[in-house]
Amino acid sequence: MTDKPDMPANSRRRFLQQSAAAIGGACVLGLGVGLYGNQANALAPTALRPPGALAEEDFLAACVRCGLCVRACPYDTLKLATLGEPVPTGTPFFTARDVPCEMCEDIPCVPACPTGALDHALTDINEARMGLAVLIDQEQCLNYLGLRCDVCYRVCPVIDEAITLERYHNPRSDRHALLLPTVHSEHCTGCGKCEQACVLPDASAIKVLPRPLAQAKAADHYRKGWEEKDKAGGSLIGDQIQLPVRGLDTGEAP
Amino acid sequence: MSSPRSVAGRKPTAAARETKGWLGANRFLLLRRASQLGFLGLFLIGPISLWLARNGRLEQAWWPVKGNLASSVTLDTLPLTDPYMLLQGLLAGHLPETAALTGALIVLLFYGLIGGRLYCAWFCPINPVTDAAGWLRRTLKIKTSPTPPESLRRWLLLATLLVSLITGGIAWEWVNPISMLHRALIFGAGAAWGVVAAVFLYDLLFAARGWCGHVCPVGAFYGLLGKFALLRVAAPRRRACDDCMDCFKVCPEPQVIRPALKAAGQDHPLILSSDCTTCGRCVDVCSQDVFRLTTRFNRSES
Repeated sequence: MTDKPDMPANSRRRFLQQSAAAIGGACVLGLGVGLYGNQANALAPTALRPPGALAEEDFLAACVRCGLCVRACPYDTLKLATLGEPVPTGTPFFTARDVPCEMCEDIPCVPACPTGALDHALTDINEARMGLAVLIDQEQCLNYLGLRCDVCYRVCPVIDEAITLERYHNPRSDRHALLLPTVHSEHCTGCGKCEQACVLPDASAIKVLPRPLAQAKAADHYRKGWEEKDKAGGSLIGDQIQLPVRGLDTGEAP
Repeated sequence: MSSPRSVAGRKPTAAARETKGWLGANRFLLLRRASQLGFLGLFLIGPISLWLARNGRLEQAWWPVKGNLASSVTLDTLPLTDPYMLLQGLLAGHLPETAALTGALIVLLFYGLIGGRLYCAWFCPINPVTDAAGWLRRTLKIKTSPTPPESLRRWLLLATLLVSLITGGIAWEWVNPISMLHRALIFGAGAAWGVVAAVFLYDLLFAARGWCGHVCPVGAFYGLLGKFALLRVAAPRRRACDDCMDCFKVCPEPQVIRPALKAAGQDHPLILSSDCTTCGRCVDVCSQDVFRLTTRFNRSES
């Protein structure tokens, strides 16, 4: 804007009118961008963020969509979302069923991030929390049917910690065991190897979901009696009356 | 207008081609296209060499530049980051790592010292798109409806910063056709072509020079950044001007010419408006060699 000391009144009026139009236009566009952005921020649950990614809201403030993490990934796991995909445009993600995270020990994608949208404090890949595996279709899981598939358990890079096989009685045959793949949230990195390896056609019975979607939170006032008992070194409610258990003490089946 | 001539309908390059030849009349245009292509090419060498390597036609991929316009690493050492995007990120509440800050500082210094909207004319991948729309509009003589006010882009710049602050996201990246096109070329397209086509059609049918000259807040940002930058177009031989209007026809920001060419509100022949993209097209098309690319300290006239 050039300074015009002797600006006539009607060009001042025109200037004001144009400015008002410009401000109005910018407000409408800005509002539109904001509202559209809200929707464009929606992240499909099958799209997982790279290791070390900040919580989604912070991630979107930090990620400049440069793709340097994608270039650093030696396994072609990461992709940048293109316009039209159900992931904020230009941000990096991977689809576990297609190409899971191989959990490189040096985590090359993290130091490649120039802004810290992938937190540089993450140096141990076992601390990564890209999502949480959930054995979501128990009706189709072969182990739940009583077979020994075990593939998700075998491929887990944190085997016996993130996924264990828990033994239960098989009520269908009544004489076999069920060895149920069980995910432990304190160890699962969300790499997605289990989801990729599941032998079922098309969709996997075990799926890695974003943690906020997969996890519930215990209510603040909930206490587990057995934990409280251990902490206190004994029962908190004192001795209780021991009632006889009828039928079992004789050793005979009813 | 002292000497009326029958030049209204002619091609703006016609007179310059007669006096300077085709090459002389397109020197800066060719340099600019070479710069735009070369700049994009630097980003494309990596992905193309990777593709060749995977098809067994190359021993190993070579990456002179990784990343895209938002942030990149050159030869695995030099970081460059878009300061406008980083500013939105800062307002959205994220303090970036030093790599991005260093990269943004280098870019800030370059455009702040050399020339702000140099970015628009010489590097931005959308520029050839809007240039093509402008050329087609002139060729087909398409009349456009009134364009939005030229100051819209600065208000929109402010609006994107405010939206970033309020929503906690990098606001302009939801729409930015520049990064969408650049990313599309380097990482794969999706529906990004639709956005680029929309910009092209907007400039062709609705508003002359509408996108780059009135809407784009990226250009507004770099314009403000280069307020005191060194490189300037000047009209040192303005006494030779024959009022043919060729420069006004090709200039993407025609409002910047008059103060320098006609000494309107200033004495010196320098175009100091931060809207000037330093594209040099006026230098090309002037058959009288009125314009010259020079520094802001050169106020000489001849």
